[in-house]
Amino acid sequence: MNAAIAQEYSGAPTGAPVYELTRVSKTYARNSVVALEDVSLTLRHGSFTSVIGSSGCGKSTLLKIMAGLIPPSKGRVILQSEPVTGPRRDIGMMFQQATLFPWKTAVENIVLPIEIRDGKAAAKNALEKAHELLDIVGLKGFENVYPNELSGGMAQRASICRMLITEPAVLLLDEPFSALDELSRDMMNMELQRICIEQDATAFLVTHSIQEAVILSDDIVVMKPRPGRIAEIVKVDLPRPRTLDMMTTPKFGEIVDHIRGMLDKGEEM
Amino acid sequence: MTDLHTNKPADTVTDEDTVWVQEIAFIDSVPRWIAMTFVFVVFIGTWQLVTSLGLVSPIILPTPMETLKDMIFVGTNLLSGGYMLGALWITIKEVIYGFALAIAIGFSLGVLVGETAFGEKAVMPYLVAIDTMPKVAFAPLFVAWLGFGIESKVALAAFIATFPIVVGTAAGLHAADENARMLFKTMGASRMQTLIKMKLPTGLPQIFTGLKIGAVGVMAGAITGEFLGGGKGFGELIRVAASQLNTPRVFSLILYLSLVGLALYLIVQWTQRKVVFWHKERVGAGDY
Repeated sequence: MNAAIAQEYSGAPTGAPVYELTRVSKTYARNSVVALEDVSLTLRHGSFTSVIGSSGCGKSTLLKIMAGLIPPSKGRVILQSEPVTGPRRDIGMMFQQATLFPWKTAVENIVLPIEIRDGKAAAKNALEKAHELLDIVGLKGFENVYPNELSGGMAQRASICRMLITEPAVLLLDEPFSALDELSRDMMNMELQRICIEQDATAFLVTHSIQEAVILSDDIVVMKPRPGRIAEIVKVDLPRPRTLDMMTTPKFGEIVDHIRGMLDKGEEM
Repeated sequence: MTDLHTNKPADTVTDEDTVWVQEIAFIDSVPRWIAMTFVFVVFIGTWQLVTSLGLVSPIILPTPMETLKDMIFVGTNLLSGGYMLGALWITIKEVIYGFALAIAIGFSLGVLVGETAFGEKAVMPYLVAIDTMPKVAFAPLFVAWLGFGIESKVALAAFIATFPIVVGTAAGLHAADENARMLFKTMGASRMQTLIKMKLPTGLPQIFTGLKIGAVGVMAGAITGEFLGGGKGFGELIRVAASQLNTPRVFSLILYLSLVGLALYLIVQWTQRKVVFWHKERVGAGDY
């Protein structure tokens, strides 16, 4: 497709493939809209991949297929050598809104996935781990606080914990911080990077922000709309751990410009 | 030298710099009880004025004093366990049974309509159709079916109170947003788990709104039932007093009856505050 894909670089994630999509297509039959066409993608263990594109490029469809929420019309979706045929506990997901339930305390919200899958007793046993996770995201002391008393950023931290409690193999992030103000957002992104490195997590992020994608990712999947397809996979070979200072480097600017140029082209089609 | 906090030369910061002060509306500075007392006094005063000037016949509108005297009489009768207490107890029983029945039926139908596609497609239209009927008109039917005892009153009370509870429950089950639904899906939650652990708690504010409207309706249903179907309840006392043109009695009976209605409403509201502790009501009669 493009020379950029073949390009080798030092920071490439070398882990084993965790998530493999092969020629995935999605057609909404009723109005024969092709939401996704021939998307092939591999997420390697420990890598951070972002997907970016204008609205209607099929990125949320792609995410829903990866999460096992909707089936693809064609193609194979394989996670940890098993085909995805529905929601799975080795998939962790996070949304734009924290979606914490106000009748449960922070820690009760975090063990909710365990409660749903394994029952109340298992959830009780997971409380200790929930406390540890809250500590990791800097919410120590807020265990028994109700979500109404948490700020937007704190709520998103808690929802990170809820995603991590089941020890998923892959984290699917659907614009997780786009509802936050820019200062909190930058901070949360750095926090996310730290957690991903600490947990050795494989992450997949849907975003509208080119800067966010570049600062966080190893690979950036740029998508084109109508039909939704991959335009290019851009490798980001900035060293890790990334810092916010890197946003001012020429290299960072170059990559941002490259992606912006591609997205602008996409608009004309 | 400048002050770090004001960005102004330090020696020029004085109180005189305050040239514009937030104005507070007069009503905001008045405590609620004073405002309420004011309205009460104006109301009673107007009432007294209209009756003492002889603008209306005493049969149509008694003076506040006559009404108060009768209230004391009725109150004494109630407290001393007189025949009125028995009547009031019958009405209270009708209200409680009616409300319990309305909650059971209303909640079940609400879940059917709000949770299942069948309920929404096939049952909801009929519920809407019945809801638009004047439900009081069914009273003679209930009397014919269930007799002159409390059963027919309970039925009418429950009939009136059921619909707001159905609507509240159905609306509550639709209150959960797309994110919460998706989250539960990704957690692999069953339909039952999604209903009990997410949709119902999310919808509790709406369900309680339905319960409150139902609590008001159940009272109206019980009294209407007694008006039209006889019996030995408080409604019957009102009907008899009215037929004797004993207007002060009608007024004081209504006031005592309204206390029962208020008590029921407050019980529902208190329960709501305990159960739905996370939800602050934005519209409401405020703090009692």
